[in-house]
Amino acid sequence: MAETLDLSQFVEHANSGAAHMTLAVDGVACAGCIRKIESGLTGLPGVIDARLNFTQRRLAVDWRDDEIGAADIIQALERIGYRAHPFAPERAEEDDGRQAKRLLKCLAVAGFAAMNVMLLSISVWSGSVSDMTHVTRDLFHWLSALIALPAAAYAGQPFFQSAWRALRTRQLNMDVPITVGVTLALALSLYETAVHAEQAYFDSAIMLLFFLLCGRYLDLAMRRKTKVFAGNLASFKAEFAHRLDAKGELTRLPISGLRAGDRILVRPGELIPADGTILTGSSAIDESLVTGETVGRAVAPGATVYAGSTNGSGAITLKVVAAGTGTLVEEVDRLLEKATAAKSRTVRLADRASRLYAPVVHSAAALTGIGWLIAGASLHTAIVTAIAVLIITCPCAIALAIPAVQVVAAGQLFRSGVIPNSGDAIERMAETDTIVFDKTGTLTLPELVVDDQSLDADLFERAARLALSSHHPLAAALARRARQRVPYAGAIEETGSGVRAPIDGREARLGSAQFCGLGDMPLPAAGQASCICFAYDGRTGTIPIRQSLRPDAAAVVTALVKLGLDLMVLSGDRPEAVGPVADRLGLRQWLAGLTPAEKIEVIETLKAQGRRVLMVGDGLNDAPALAAAHASLSPITAAHLTQTQADALFLGDRLAPVLAAVVASRRARSLMRQNLALAVIYNALAVPIAMAGLVTPLIAAVAMSGSSILVTLNALRARLGVPLSSSALADDSRTAPDHGLMASAADAQCPAFAGHDHVEQNRIRMERVS
Amino acid sequence: MNVLIYLVPLALLLGLSGLAGFMWTLKSGQYDDLDGDALRILRDDDIES
Repeated sequence: MAETLDLSQFVEHANSGAAHMTLAVDGVACAGCIRKIESGLTGLPGVIDARLNFTQRRLAVDWRDDEIGAADIIQALERIGYRAHPFAPERAEEDDGRQAKRLLKCLAVAGFAAMNVMLLSISVWSGSVSDMTHVTRDLFHWLSALIALPAAAYAGQPFFQSAWRALRTRQLNMDVPITVGVTLALALSLYETAVHAEQAYFDSAIMLLFFLLCGRYLDLAMRRKTKVFAGNLASFKAEFAHRLDAKGELTRLPISGLRAGDRILVRPGELIPADGTILTGSSAIDESLVTGETVGRAVAPGATVYAGSTNGSGAITLKVVAAGTGTLVEEVDRLLEKATAAKSRTVRLADRASRLYAPVVHSAAALTGIGWLIAGASLHTAIVTAIAVLIITCPCAIALAIPAVQVVAAGQLFRSGVIPNSGDAIERMAETDTIVFDKTGTLTLPELVVDDQSLDADLFERAARLALSSHHPLAAALARRARQRVPYAGAIEETGSGVRAPIDGREARLGSAQFCGLGDMPLPAAGQASCICFAYDGRTGTIPIRQSLRPDAAAVVTALVKLGLDLMVLSGDRPEAVGPVADRLGLRQWLAGLTPAEKIEVIETLKAQGRRVLMVGDGLNDAPALAAAHASLSPITAAHLTQTQADALFLGDRLAPVLAAVVASRRARSLMRQNLALAVIYNALAVPIAMAGLVTPLIAAVAMSGSSILVTLNALRARLGVPLSSSALADDSRTAPDHGLMASAADAQCPAFAGHDHVEQNRIRMERVS
Repeated sequence: MNVLIYLVPLALLLGLSGLAGFMWTLKSGQYDDLDGDALRILRDDDIES
């Protein structure tokens, strides 16, 4: 079909006629891929440069607009064996990239200064017990000041600015005591240097900044990694819509380019790309992703349909309405707003610690100063001791220990196929004691499964091969089972009824009961979504197509119960579809036929009982419940809105990542608590020494670096004790959660060697994703 | 100890040149794709023969 592809929204044009585009590439797994993609593209006429970022799995292409187009480049990649998706980086991601660069610069400056000041400080410390003259010591102190002051002014900016922002809104954050501590330490040292005193704390102040910047950078690096990954997945999932213009001509364009009022064509079996009202055509649509309901809904002109549903048997044209105007979507939005407002009240562990921390530390320092004054010490001694208390208590442990645990735990989750959306997701998942599952697409697989015992093997194979010629979603489930993936020649699809083709001279029909001459369609039995009928050479049969449980659902449920968690199923589907699933998993608590508001109500009731709920769901109808729950997880196949509400996403056909998420996050939380306890012990030992006025710069340096190293090493223990599911996931290469980004297990089937097979694999994988 | 007068500035200068080198590598994007660079270094098809 002559249909033009419109990618203009992704292409940046320079004045010289050069164009630039960023693509997220699926299936990049090894060094061969880099060479294959880059040389494959630069060999094309008109392509100026192609550079693949292997870490991010993104390809930057520059080309001359008059010689080649964006669509040609994507096609060329597909010929080589890679599926590429145009990609528009989000603002937040770009900001994070700039922020990371800035933090690295600060880190480099602080590291340089800390090393050189320490070099001078060690000379002073060893000189003070040998033969260093006070002139040399003063020189070394002035040199330290020369290095430390500009370095701190530059490298401390992230903390100073954040502290200033907090103070302006009359709040306290962790950066306020950091700023106060560092500034006072530097000011005191400068004064001491000027009066030729023996001790200066330049090394402590700058080392403190260095450790804290390490913590900041780790924190940001983790968030960036998950954002890049989520961004790529979003673009892999991005669907194309067929837009009809006034003359009735079709343009294929990414969904994000659709505007309200556009007319779009949705063919049978396609995903409905946007909310809209039907202009022409009628069909049955599968709304399982939206409502959890597994039986199709018949729609006619004038009906409203929601993005994320799958079109069934007939082609329809839609008029796109602005997002969020359908009744269901409006309801979901309203509930979401309420639930999200309630959620922001939960406080992160680090914030709770720092809220306690600042007043305690500052009053301890003030008390020390006053105490020494009352005891008759000079003003100078009192101030020096008070500042020593501030320096020794500076929150390295809190600022470094928690991000370090988060980074290690996030890496652990990544390997188990869980992508956390935020750092505190780990904390909240660890606190949960009740898990609420949605049924459709969460406990069950998102795609339908056919029962191959219903027909003879050869008849079944014919039916499956015939299904290859159909666009109907039910047929797609059957077609996946065809061993010979060649459609029959001369197959004709009759929209709304089925597909027929001559096989060995006799006609075969696949489709509705009437179409196959079987009379009325039998009603779907419990646990079955639908039936599909097949007639060939006088033989007929019905093939039940149903949802199947995720392969390891029962094992995961047992393991979760063993961990002491209370499990529950809340579904929007009919009771007769939910009951058997709950029974097979041994779950006694289940509720069916719930609206989004009722799901929230149940969760609120659980909350009122003092429980902390982890919600696992994928449908649009689950989004408010996900937001209302204490923590939430979604499979990667979930509706877009739902994904944005989830604290973490999980990949693959298995349920094991849910278990891994709980196990790994509990472990991470206990390590965070251990680290906080270590910090408290450290302070309990060091503060009395500081208050007694016995802290020399040498003791401060040893204590601070010692405690920082201790908590970091402790954080690394999160790597030990690999969650059991990661090995379970790895043995199933078909569902390996790679998407080209987690390539470790997927190297064996690298596309650079597998050639066109890979396109097919990707196609299947994409179908599963969408 | 007069030797310090030029030894210390010299040491600082060396350190600063290292810092400047790091800033340059950061600016030229050498940390943007660490995994990719680890693989690219093994390629030898960029050698003109």
